[in-house]
Amino acid sequence: MTWETVIGLEIHAQLATRSKIFSGSPTAYGAPPNAQANLVDLGYPGVLPVLNGDAVRMAVKFGLAIGARVAPHSVFARKNYFYPDLPKGYQISQYELPIVAGGSIDIVLDDGTKKRVGVTRAHLEEDAGKSLHEGLPGVTGIDLNRAGTPLVEIVSEPDMRSAKEAIAYMKKVHTLVRYLEICDGNMQEGSFRCDANVSVRRQGTEKFGTRAEIKNLNSFRFVEKAINYEVARQIDLLESGGKVHQETRLYDPDKGETRPMRSKEEANDYRYFPDPDLLPVELDDKFVESVRGTLPELPDQKAVRFSSEYGLSPYDAGVLTASRELADYYEAVTRDVPKEPKLAANWVMGELAAALNKDGLEIDAGKLPASGLAGLLKRIADQTISGKIAKEVFEAMWASGTSADAIIEEKGLKQITDTSAIEKAIDEVMAKNPGQLADFRAGKDKLFGFFVGQVMKATGGKANPAQLNELLKKKLPG
Amino acid sequence: MHTKTLAQLSKGLRAREFSSVELVRGFLDRIDAHQPVLNAMITVLREPALAAAQAADRELAAGRGGPLAGLPIVHKDLFCTEGVLTTCGSHMLDNFVSPYDATVVAKLKSAGAITLAKSNMDEFAMGSSNETSYFGPVRNPWNTDLVPGGSSGGSAAAVAARLIPAATATDTGGSIRQPAALCGVTGVKPTYGRVSRYGMIAFASSLDQGGVIAATAEDAALILREMSGFDANDSTSVDMPVPDYLAGLDAPLAGLKIGLLKEFFDKGLDAESEKRIREALAIYERLGATLREVSLPNLPLSVPAYYVVAPAECSSNLARFDGVRFGHRAKDPRDLMDLYKRSRGEGFGAEVKRRIMTGTYVLSAGYYDAYYLKAQKVRQLISADFKRAFSEVDVLMGPTTPTPAFAIGAKTSDPITMYLNDIYTIGANLAGLPAMSIPCGFAQGLPVGLQIVGPHFSEGKLLNAAHVFQRETDWHTKVPEEFK
Repeated sequence: MTWETVIGLEIHAQLATRSKIFSGSPTAYGAPPNAQANLVDLGYPGVLPVLNGDAVRMAVKFGLAIGARVAPHSVFARKNYFYPDLPKGYQISQYELPIVAGGSIDIVLDDGTKKRVGVTRAHLEEDAGKSLHEGLPGVTGIDLNRAGTPLVEIVSEPDMRSAKEAIAYMKKVHTLVRYLEICDGNMQEGSFRCDANVSVRRQGTEKFGTRAEIKNLNSFRFVEKAINYEVARQIDLLESGGKVHQETRLYDPDKGETRPMRSKEEANDYRYFPDPDLLPVELDDKFVESVRGTLPELPDQKAVRFSSEYGLSPYDAGVLTASRELADYYEAVTRDVPKEPKLAANWVMGELAAALNKDGLEIDAGKLPASGLAGLLKRIADQTISGKIAKEVFEAMWASGTSADAIIEEKGLKQITDTSAIEKAIDEVMAKNPGQLADFRAGKDKLFGFFVGQVMKATGGKANPAQLNELLKKKLPG
Repeated sequence: MHTKTLAQLSKGLRAREFSSVELVRGFLDRIDAHQPVLNAMITVLREPALAAAQAADRELAAGRGGPLAGLPIVHKDLFCTEGVLTTCGSHMLDNFVSPYDATVVAKLKSAGAITLAKSNMDEFAMGSSNETSYFGPVRNPWNTDLVPGGSSGGSAAAVAARLIPAATATDTGGSIRQPAALCGVTGVKPTYGRVSRYGMIAFASSLDQGGVIAATAEDAALILREMSGFDANDSTSVDMPVPDYLAGLDAPLAGLKIGLLKEFFDKGLDAESEKRIREALAIYERLGATLREVSLPNLPLSVPAYYVVAPAECSSNLARFDGVRFGHRAKDPRDLMDLYKRSRGEGFGAEVKRRIMTGTYVLSAGYYDAYYLKAQKVRQLISADFKRAFSEVDVLMGPTTPTPAFAIGAKTSDPITMYLNDIYTIGANLAGLPAMSIPCGFAQGLPVGLQIVGPHFSEGKLLNAAHVFQRETDWHTKVPEEFK
């Protein structure tokens, strides 16, 4: 029997506002516990929330970027439950009337086909604080620095059919929020995380199976592993005659498994109702259009432009636009070496990406500025060095931080393009290898490569390969 | 000195007839002297008040000082006051020293007013008799066996006994007007959004509104002018200029169209009280106003709608009192659930618990539509009724309460009877309208209140109507014998 997986994701992206969504406290990460919690964040008696306009602007920006409807009238609601990290006893969120509804995100699958994933809604809400246990024997500490941090919760349709699709979607949203500069995307710090709703159904049936919700996944790898584990668990259950229970589960990365957190029966009744402390958010066309004016070129638009403007394959264009920093870097390189967009793409995606990866660095870390790489590519383009020598120069640049020209000069790597110099080297090699020369002239064509190698060896690899070929073809036959 | 109005006291201070220190000491002594019987205050701030009075005297001597410079007031104990106990009449907060001032407190302070005490109130402003206070009931100065009304019972009783010339108060379903009526003083509940709610410990956020209780409309205008206005810390406060309420007090009432709320003159209304109300209306007619009957057909639904909306909001607003960060915390909790259950179980009184439970119920899955949503619809209907009425008349008048003050303990066993005491006042809260109560005579020897309701932001008109009436009558000058 074959089973089909059905996945929907709820992504929580922390908005990059300077202050919290309903108070003036700063949102910077890593402050000492409760240093960034004021009376509003602490839920003191008498305090009231005031909405941060930047959070609204950022949510609208996201809505416009995914072609969604920005609600002219949206409402904050209270989600009521008791927990020590929730100071007011309710979370301010949006429920029936979210700020953004009905958009979509296109993903590219492994086989190159495109798939469109629906986004049901995106709403604004405040984050909770967190409980601290480390170094506090016998008690639980509460850190409310994160309480009130603005989040946009992006809820997808159950449109994904595999963990791979889910990852592709999540990565695409990650790319998008960073393009829009509404979220720093830092998953270790929890700025970008998701809950996965996973169910399985028999291939060909329409009705969804009972789903489990896996909470708080904060890396792409965990999302993939958790979904795959959960799918296998549900299929095992169903095939052995059991039933999937609707429940909330947690992924344990150490054990690589999901386990139940609470079942539907134990689930809170959140008693949502409109928050009477906040007015409905009313947005007119003028405001929405003013936000639209701040939209940058989006990843999909940029990829199409890269293909047409630089003659890149859709795959290369996709890779180079996966982050705004990478795309900007690539374009900075091509500005310096305008005639070699393909060469630039190969180097950025090849040597540079490998070096960054090896050192665990980001493209914008400043290790090798775009002008530096362009300096190297210029010397390939004007035939000062060959591609092979260029790799050697790149390594030296990466290690020393000096320019390509300085390294070529210092190491004497300049390519030999002087015909007479190459001819002289050829003559010497021919003189040293009379036997091979005789064999070649007797018809052993394969020995051509032998002579190329010998001349290269004699010139320290610096002979211009094209010229060398030409001259050898002329000279060897005698 | 204590029988003078705030306006007269202000003049006396400016003329240096007496000092702020003398004034403040005089009222502090009255507060202390009558505290054992009336129990109007929860915290008395003798030393800080005298220090502030000294500072005020220096300002006044230098010809400086704000509009309320050197004048004594008290704050209902749900207004947060920095460095001062702010209990909300509850065991839950009997250890809570607020780290900040409510906007109302800060505004009155910067106008020069001096806080002498924090007044007693029903626990979390839930009650109509001041009997739910953790600090014991307040007694009515006109007859100390009777309730002063609630929830601002301490503020109303204190003004009635002239322990203070004016007091802040709050009104969620009648909590300013009802005690003002029962104690024979003037109370104003402004338009929702006129006065900032920041720092006013919430009962039902969409209904709560801060206001004032004073002896006269003029004094109320004086305080209201200083406490009103937009506050960036309260999203529901309205960004509209505050008119000079004093400037329009004496405008003639000729041509004023008064609507008599048919639904208020029902069979629940005490006959003698009705007589006083009719007599007051006759005075308005004599002043040139015209009377006509107006019907608000949905108004009888206001009590049930209110007792869904208010508890719903309170169940959520009071969730923050969990023993974790402030307020009462159960001793030696076994675990988190035990901490929650015992802190809240011990900290809240019976009426507060009843409303939290009611509110939790009406918001629960499966009941939300039938209760909360329906109540909100009723609320809209009532608002529409008022709007229609105000297209025909300038103000609405009627009784504030069905009966004069009742005995302590008389209604505590039956919450519904208690709730019906607010039957005439709740409508204005549901519609967010300004309303006030002024004394208009006595029934069974007890004060009767005339209620005046106006369209949004018509506080000036209401104060004008009240002030002109008070020029013609002396009910507002009556003080119970023992407090003269």
